Amino acid sequence: MKDMLNTLLIEHMHETAAIVLFCIGFTTLLLNRNLIKKIIGFSMMDNAIYLFLASYGYIDGKLSPIYVSGNTDPSLYINPLPAGLVLTGIVVSVSVTAIMLALTVRLYRRYHTINIDEISEIVRREGK
Amino acid sequence: MLWQNIPILLVLLPLGLSSLTAVLKPKASRALMLGVNTVCLCLSAIMLCEVIINGEAFTVKMGEVGAPFGNELFVSHTEAFVAVGFDLIMLLSLTASGRKVKQDVAPNRTSLFYTVCSLMLAALNAITLTNDIFSGYVFLEISTIAAAALIFVSNARGTLMASMRYMIMNLLGSGMFLFGLAILYSLTGELLFPSMKDKLALVEAEGKYSGALFMGLTLITVGLSMKSALFPFHTWLPNAYSLSTPASSSILSSLVSKAYIFLYIKIISKSVGLDVFMQSGTANVLLAYSALAIVIGSIDAIQQHNVRRMISYSSVAQIGYIFLAISFGTDRAMGAAIFQIFAHSAAKAMLFPAVDRLVEVSGGNENFRDLRGSGYRAPLAGIAFTVGAFSIVGIPLLGGFSAKVYIASAASGIRQYVALLALAVSTVLNVIYFMRTFVTIYRKSDRQSNELSFRFLPGFSVAITAFILLNLCLGLGAGRVMKVISDGISLW
Repeated sequence: MKDMLNTLLIEHMHETAAIVLFCIGFTTLLLNRNLIKKIIGFSMMDNAIYLFLASYGYIDGKLSPIYVSGNTDPSLYINPLPAGLVLTGIVVSVSVTAIMLALTVRLYRRYHTINIDEISEIVRREGK
Repeated sequence: MLWQNIPILLVLLPLGLSSLTAVLKPKASRALMLGVNTVCLCLSAIMLCEVIINGEAFTVKMGEVGAPFGNELFVSHTEAFVAVGFDLIMLLSLTASGRKVKQDVAPNRTSLFYTVCSLMLAALNAITLTNDIFSGYVFLEISTIAAAALIFVSNARGTLMASMRYMIMNLLGSGMFLFGLAILYSLTGELLFPSMKDKLALVEAEGKYSGALFMGLTLITVGLSMKSALFPFHTWLPNAYSLSTPASSSILSSLVSKAYIFLYIKIISKSVGLDVFMQSGTANVLLAYSALAIVIGSIDAIQQHNVRRMISYSSVAQIGYIFLAISFGTDRAMGAAIFQIFAHSAAKAMLFPAVDRLVEVSGGNENFRDLRGSGYRAPLAGIAFTVGAFSIVGIPLLGGFSAKVYIASAASGIRQYVALLALAVSTVLNVIYFMRTFVTIYRKSDRQSNELSFRFLPGFSVAITAFILLNLCLGLGAGRVMKVISDGISLW
């Protein structure tokens, strides 16, 4: 038990944190009834994945992949690709967040609430 | 060779011109979008011919940078065929329902509708051709955003909420897909499908990280099945398909979810490997859920009183067929799955505009009792509905029949009797709900034809005729189509 906790919380701290954050974000996006909180959950979920990728991309004791000191030996540097992936991912999630917020604004203007259950109820009543 | 640059053009042309469509007047924007779509269709047809003539696949390295840093597009017979199919169905859907777009979409948003279509075309082509799992994710998100916009662009009641639900389910799916991708990347350090497959085979042989591999594969499977509305993640589908404008419904049901499934097929065949996929047990779970999807989707469709919702629920069952074939885990079954993707796309993309026309000549009501006799008031739409419904039910000479035969033969090849049972039960259920509609639209009624029924609609007529021919071609030329698909799969 102690060994397991040691592995989880100290050796693999970033991965554990990423998975916990992912689960919190995922359940918030799935279950919370408030649209703004859903969007916060979505951001948390995506950022957890970026934390996971970034923590795997970093190796202790190596330099960031920026060529300044005249050292051309590639084994001194970390792989720049995970950072590139994270950067691309952030751009994607920002645009998705923007469109979700825009949709929320339009829903609020039409139904005057951001509770997804209440909106569904109003839509159902309109249909009858 | 010059034609080997076509894959890049197929992605960049619609992506680049989409910003131009946004600033043009609605008519010019529509013309530009249809023009780009036609050019893409011609280019992909040339690419398909060249690949078939040369008999070998080719890879385009973006910026001439190789693995592990570079990004690639890969074209074999299968990818070229899928690109032709997607571009053709997109073009026909937009032509068939172009008139309705004018009615359903506010004039100041019409140009934006075509911008979104153009982005969608770029994303579909990129998902089809990419050989890199991360580019797959990026274009997956572009297509999700475009699809949400296709739903809420229409003025109809409830589309905003349908779009929100669509986004929520799809974002959950994308999140899981991205996490799965991150796990596979951390195991292998590769993003390109072939190099990832080599490394994953080593990981599997060593056995130390098989838990992580299983986790990654499961996350990708669940993520993509959420995005493509496999039962039980299909709750967003009926509203999204039945409330949006018919062009959007056609594109969403026959292209967007199918592109996700095609990406999944590519991932499990080209990067995970079918052996690993079968050993992981994911296939068994997929088999169970797809069998349930087939039966429950059909039962839900029977219970509907609204014809567009019925067609939407029938999509749930049809997506079940595709995943059922995937769960068999053989190359032959993957071919059957891709054939079913096309058989269903060709039929569904025709059903939405046809039903919309039948509803239009019946006073705008989507309930069955109002549709009585509409097959006489709009003859072409009636024929199109009949052909589409017969294809989905599986009447010989049409695409859906051949697809079912291929799936059944793949199932009996590996003695998968549960799947055969599900196929048999669902065929009976399909007959029930489509025959009911068929009988309804050809039952005599005292409703008089209104002036709408006599109006000649050139775009609709041409596109629907082309759709009918496409369904017949898929049925009559099934052997040839299947040969092209399986030739491509053997090159993966």
